[in-house]
Amino acid sequence: MTDNIKEHNLSAENMNEVTEPIVQGEMARLEAEELAAQTNENYRSISPARMVAKRFFRSRLSLVGLCIIIFVFLFSFLGPVIVNATWGYQETQVFHIPRESQLLTTAKFEGADGRDYEYYDRSISTVTAKAPPSSEHWLGTDTNGLDIFVRLMYGGRISLTISFLTIFLQMIMGIIFGGVAGYYGGWVDQIIMRIVDIFASLPGLPILMILSAVLVSIEAIPPEHRIYYLMGTLTLISWTGTARLVRGQLLSLREQEFMLAAETTGIRPSRKIFKHLIPNTVPQLIVSASLGLGQIILYESTLSYFGIGVPFPRAAWGSMIALADPSKGQEILAYYPNMWLPAGILIVMTVLAFSFVGDGLRDAFDPRQKK
Amino acid sequence: MVKYLLKRLGLAIIILIGVSLLIYMLTMAMPADYIDNRTAAAVQSGQMTPEDVLKLKELYGLADKSLPGILKGYVSWFGNALQGDLGFSFLYGRPVTQVIKEYIWISFFISLIAYVIEIIVAIPMGIRAAVNQYSGYDYTVSVFSMMATALPSFFLAALLMNFFSINLGWFPLQGLTTATKIFHPSDTWAILLDKGWHLVLPIVTLTLLSIGGLMRYTRTNMLEVMNSDYIRTARAKGLPEKAVINRHAFRNTFIPLVTTLSGMLPGLFSGAMITETVFSIPGIGSMALRATLAGDIPFVMGYNMFLAILTVVGYLISDLMYAVVDPRVQITK
Repeated sequence: MTDNIKEHNLSAENMNEVTEPIVQGEMARLEAEELAAQTNENYRSISPARMVAKRFFRSRLSLVGLCIIIFVFLFSFLGPVIVNATWGYQETQVFHIPRESQLLTTAKFEGADGRDYEYYDRSISTVTAKAPPSSEHWLGTDTNGLDIFVRLMYGGRISLTISFLTIFLQMIMGIIFGGVAGYYGGWVDQIIMRIVDIFASLPGLPILMILSAVLVSIEAIPPEHRIYYLMGTLTLISWTGTARLVRGQLLSLREQEFMLAAETTGIRPSRKIFKHLIPNTVPQLIVSASLGLGQIILYESTLSYFGIGVPFPRAAWGSMIALADPSKGQEILAYYPNMWLPAGILIVMTVLAFSFVGDGLRDAFDPRQKK
Repeated sequence: MVKYLLKRLGLAIIILIGVSLLIYMLTMAMPADYIDNRTAAAVQSGQMTPEDVLKLKELYGLADKSLPGILKGYVSWFGNALQGDLGFSFLYGRPVTQVIKEYIWISFFISLIAYVIEIIVAIPMGIRAAVNQYSGYDYTVSVFSMMATALPSFFLAALLMNFFSINLGWFPLQGLTTATKIFHPSDTWAILLDKGWHLVLPIVTLTLLSIGGLMRYTRTNMLEVMNSDYIRTARAKGLPEKAVINRHAFRNTFIPLVTTLSGMLPGLFSGAMITETVFSIPGIGSMALRATLAGDIPFVMGYNMFLAILTVVGYLISDLMYAVVDPRVQITK
């Protein structure tokens, strides 16, 4: 009923415009053009996208975050290419760097003749792994003789790839479920949101561990493919946030006038959801995605830390920190910070950068924000 | 009010059933040949008989991996769980409920202290940051809190251990008791002190990890309140700034804080998987991690169910607190 009335009003407005005297319309047009010319001289009109960009770049923290992200990207995607082109090796290249290791032990004892003797034992052995930082291997080599600096690059590749793909998948899932729930409302909404509640109540880390343990045990899955399954599991436990966000937005958006206009055109619901409603939630989605990226990196590194993430010969930041686990001996934790410290710093930097950018974007998109 | 609570309770039950079914199906996907491996030792040492193993397999429907089999297993598991029987842990050779009951207290103790410190430190900091928005203090606190949330717990633990245990030697590296010292059993104080000493670094780790989130939460809520009309009114009628902040602003910030913090209470029992494992503390979290990595299905199932119940109870408590704390909230539905 209301639809019809509104439609009627719309056509009435059109009628008014048409019946307006033409001369007057012409004059108004000229006036408007003049005004536009004047404003163009005095002001520059800014598109909404540029306004967001301007607000974003004004915040120092988001700029820092963006720079870090660009750096990490270049480091982990361009870095290996350069290393491979110049020195011709990859993350799994083992370096045997022989060094002498001296072990000096002394002991005092009383001999059979009653005199004190001092006993010296000097053993020299050759160590090939755990090389200290040098000009060739900037951060030295690890317990297996692998170049740490190069492995950091490959680890970054894994972390970034997994996090971006996971966020992408989770966005798709969240948009579809949240979109359908928010658009239809009623019992559809009830059912979908209860499913979302159930998934949101799953204990995240333990479930990830279980799924990863299952993946490790399945022999049909080649180790190289494990990361794709990992992304799937990460998506499974993280899509609920997006779904709730989209649904909440749609519930208010679908009551607005432009949806009434879309309704009158008689297009399919799927088009209404994905062409008219979802684009309006893009700012919120971008913010939640950039904040979520850091979270996924943390999850991924935790799995790698416990050895159920990316399998061994391939590098991951988490598994590099795992070398320092004191349960396996304190030596590395105490004397080889070059093995675990850089990986940790990279994780913190990247996660921090994503939250800086996410916060900056949220402030930039916020219409309540003053200019 | 009662109707509202009943509705929430009904939802909670639906969620729990869904969660348990999901977890059951996931855990069932774990390798089955594991049971024989794990129980082999217990069978040999006489703790379990081969009949027990067979009975266990039937009890959990582990022998039948088809969908109807899994569902049947789930129903019997659920029936037992309702009676408080979560089954028999393979890894620990004891009933799951007994293991949880035994190791939960140390986890609870660590989390509780971390929780208290977190509240004492984070809330005043968040309020100060919000009151002096865009000041140097605000920036420092915000960056610090973001950094704390960006730290992986195992990395923070490694840093603390490297600095405080190895370089300074102030605190022990791992474990709960000093293995090289022998305490007289009646010397309770010395034993407790020794345990407390071992728990300092884990508590610091947990506190640092969670402090940032609460601080930001306080700051955001406080900012929202500070921009509201009644604060302007309070200022306009000439109240001193102190009274405006402490009496008018903070009391309104208090509402979301109490709701969130009380919702976190059940979570204190859940144990910190990573921190406990890194510091080798025999809490429920590290036990669960060991069980998960070893594929101890009954324990994993019981523990995860326990976690899910804690989460749902947390939701319920914060729903309830929301209605209790805020006098403006009137639930008529």
